[in-house]
Amino acid sequence: MAEVLVLVDHVDGTVRKTTHELLTIARRLGEPSAVFVGNGYDTAKESLATYGAVTVYQVTDPEVDQYLVAPKAEVLAQLVEQTSPAAVLIASSAEGKEIAARLAVKTSSGLITDAVDVQPGGSGPVTTQSVFAGSYTVEATVTTGTPIITVKPNSAAPEQAPTTPQEQAVEVTLSDAAKTARVTDRKPREKSGRPELTEAAIVVSGGRGTGGDFAAVEAFADALGAAVGASRAAVDAGWYPHANQVGQTGKTVSPQLYVAAGISGAIQHRAGMQTSKAIVAVNKDEEAPIFELVDFGVVGDLFAVLPAAAEAIEKHKA
Amino acid sequence: MKIVVCAKYVPDAQGDRSFSSDNTTDRQGADGLLSELDEYAVEEALKLVETADGEVVILTMGPDDAADAVRKSLQMGAHSGVHVLDDALHGSDAPATSLVLAKAVEKIGESGAVDLVVTGMASTDGSMSVVPAMLAERLGLPQVTYASELTVDGRTVTIRRDGDASTETIEASLPALVSVTDQINEPRYPSFKGIMAAKKKPVETWSVADLGVDASEVGLEAAWTRVAASTERPPREAGQVVADEGDGGAKLAEFLTGRKFV
Repeated sequence: MAEVLVLVDHVDGTVRKTTHELLTIARRLGEPSAVFVGNGYDTAKESLATYGAVTVYQVTDPEVDQYLVAPKAEVLAQLVEQTSPAAVLIASSAEGKEIAARLAVKTSSGLITDAVDVQPGGSGPVTTQSVFAGSYTVEATVTTGTPIITVKPNSAAPEQAPTTPQEQAVEVTLSDAAKTARVTDRKPREKSGRPELTEAAIVVSGGRGTGGDFAAVEAFADALGAAVGASRAAVDAGWYPHANQVGQTGKTVSPQLYVAAGISGAIQHRAGMQTSKAIVAVNKDEEAPIFELVDFGVVGDLFAVLPAAAEAIEKHKA
Repeated sequence: MKIVVCAKYVPDAQGDRSFSSDNTTDRQGADGLLSELDEYAVEEALKLVETADGEVVILTMGPDDAADAVRKSLQMGAHSGVHVLDDALHGSDAPATSLVLAKAVEKIGESGAVDLVVTGMASTDGSMSVVPAMLAERLGLPQVTYASELTVDGRTVTIRRDGDASTETIEASLPALVSVTDQINEPRYPSFKGIMAAKKKPVETWSVADLGVDASEVGLEAAWTRVAASTERPPREAGQVVADEGDGGAKLAEFLTGRKFV
């Protein structure tokens, strides 16, 4: 059975849930091989084995992390050359898509980004994408080279399939061209203690209607164990960090439940949340376009509705 | 300093976007405009040449109407434009697009070396965000992408990149390729003077042959991927909307517990 390469998305060995999803998808297409680049393999090892990596390629060269994106693309290009995989799966983050982009050019291979589903097909994997702000669904295949596919978070339920991976250290010699954009500083993001925005089952977002006060949004999110998001208007106003922005120029989320509080629902915002399974909105303006999308909506003041709802939820839980 | 800004003409996201019968983006049936995210690239380039002498060349690839994207950029203050226009380009995928743009950047460089290539973070139609990285790969330029802050000091470009897990400072020597986010600046509106001045600014139109690219390397037939089907998503079924009469919070909680979200 052909190998399917999965680039492990991790922070110092802490493997992200999206990688477990990719390993699960890889099993549909062939034999999963994890590609681990950077520090912390000892931390990552167990999680990769639990989710079914049959082989782990390890690249520990510290130089790889000192430059932006290009070295990782070279590592993968070398492995594609060596293993002729059935596909390469990469998480659909900003960096993931850039690695995939360079890999596609290096290996003359077709690239599909932001897949929300990947299934085996007669002539290679068939992907599903949600496009034009979620208004169309597209099915596509790669026709040239090795299928390179970036997959969005929450595109598969991670399934365990314990293995004892065969570990292979990979030596890479980086080209001069890969060493031109230097990372001179890296400040880890502060942890909020809440779930990761793109991975969360529930997301509660605040917008212009918060007037800059996110306390009610955060308290409601905590009652539901949710991640907190923000609209572009709220981020542009400096009310919430850009890392939490949901929408075209922020994160795309696809949770089980999305709550939009004080968000009107402009197309740029809808592009980031329209594929959520259930949508709830609280907004003063009954004409707000967000109400066209909702399963349940409340026309009212979020500072009255959210605390009352949070209180009722806490009572229910008690 | 000579800066090339890649600008894309896209169907307006406010209108109804759809696919043609060959599963390519319908660029005829919808009103188009300069991709909103490319305005940040134009603005950043203009700011750079205002502080250090230089020129900004707008590069676009697309059908006849794509000339509008060049015109808007010239009205904002860019100095000249190049429009790669060729029927053979219809349906080109990202690798082919990056090939054509790379060849065009090289040709623009024949009349004076290019110091920076600047792009937006994504187009608002395809929104793959991969052409900047592909362009850097093809041109052999340092890839300095997703800049939310940018400075050029002598021959060094430095950016702030807000990644998923960390905020990074990236540094490279010119020439380089930069992509900018919507956090970096506030794009200017064309002034009346700018609109009038744009009419006299030079715009060249090049075919793929002018770039030394064979027509068989681009377009739908040459694409490395194939769209098998495109289907309009059925509209979401209308949900329940209630007005808050003091009980909105309770009703919301009831909905959430009923659907097992609590």
